[in-house]
Amino acid sequence: MSLPNKNDEGITFDTFMEGVWRQNPVFVMVLGMCPVMAVTVSAINGISMGIATTFVLVSSCLLVSLIRHLVPKEVRIATYIVIIATFVTLVDYFIQALSLALYEALGAFIQLIVVNCIILGRAEAHASKNPPLKAVVNALGMGVGFTIGLFALGGVREILGAGKLFGVTLFGDQFQPWVVMVLPPGGFFVLGGWLLLFALFRGKPATEGGHTHG
Amino acid sequence: MDEPLSLIFISTLLANNFVLAMFLGLCPFLGVSGRLNTAFPMGLATMFVMLVASLCAYGLNLLLDYFHLEFLRLISYIVVIASSVQLVEMVLKKFSPALFRALGIFLPLITTNCAILAVALFQTARDYSFAQSLVFALGAGGGFMLALVLMASLRERLQLANVPTLVQGTALSLILAGLLSLTFMGFAGMGSLE
Repeated sequence: MSLPNKNDEGITFDTFMEGVWRQNPVFVMVLGMCPVMAVTVSAINGISMGIATTFVLVSSCLLVSLIRHLVPKEVRIATYIVIIATFVTLVDYFIQALSLALYEALGAFIQLIVVNCIILGRAEAHASKNPPLKAVVNALGMGVGFTIGLFALGGVREILGAGKLFGVTLFGDQFQPWVVMVLPPGGFFVLGGWLLLFALFRGKPATEGGHTHG
Repeated sequence: MDEPLSLIFISTLLANNFVLAMFLGLCPFLGVSGRLNTAFPMGLATMFVMLVASLCAYGLNLLLDYFHLEFLRLISYIVVIASSVQLVEMVLKKFSPALFRALGIFLPLITTNCAILAVALFQTARDYSFAQSLVFALGAGGGFMLALVLMASLRERLQLANVPTLVQGTALSLILAGLLSLTFMGFAGMGSLE
């Protein structure tokens, strides 16, 4: 999970855009796949999950960056996990209070944000080596990139599998929903399709920088 | 909850397979399934950690319930899982250094395997008894190993196939996983918990 990490000083536009585009967690690094597949049966689920993950990512990276000189190297991973778990517990209770319907739709995957590799990966590879502001900007970029990825998957799956987007029916009565797209196999197929599309544009297979082949 | 043990086992092993039907543990599933001789031990290690985590989570949950500290559940579970992974790592390093090197980064990453945390969380959410929890963890671990081994065998065969360069890599693995998942949907009739 060691990402190329440049220790250059200031915050550039690229600090933010790295996560959105060049190192997009969903399409380029293929990280944190479990929530990506499991909750994206509709666009709104995808976006909510993206926002929850972004919140945990940004707050954990801020805290990790603030205490980066205090934590001994040997126990850093354990420390990060406890920090992440604390914020996830917060989000878990918050969503439960906000909307019970959403809480039930996302199910166990809110609590499973703890083990989302993106967050631990960012904490270890970026936040632990950079000042707070830069870590936050980078984490925000990653979060936005992750949310875009979830939306891209959720949108396509909802349109194909239910003929709707954000719950609004798009097609006439003649439309036969492609039900398999909202079932588990559809998640694999749609993400595979997206990766193929990106590979087509870049003219090379989607393995570069891929954690899955590292 | 009073589901029979056999139903829990069959359902988590096949119909509600953790990897192919519930999307848990996809990182190692896509990452370590390149070769059969690393996929199998990885499956075993994960299964063992699952069993240990399930046992500890059961005891821990009793304790947390007793003291009304439910909000600490997530944190304490993850700490237990992290320590049992450390244990497996030490044992493996001592008894099979070659395997230890082959698994590499994916061994410590078992901690962040969502399938394991999910076993602990689901058994708590479903109020499983001690025996039910154990069978649940066994089924989940077996299902994970089954998916991993199937996928590794498929990918080994695929190495000999003439695939267009553009499709190679992650995209192809995902399509393959989709087909496997489609196959596993056929088991839905055998008994499903949800």
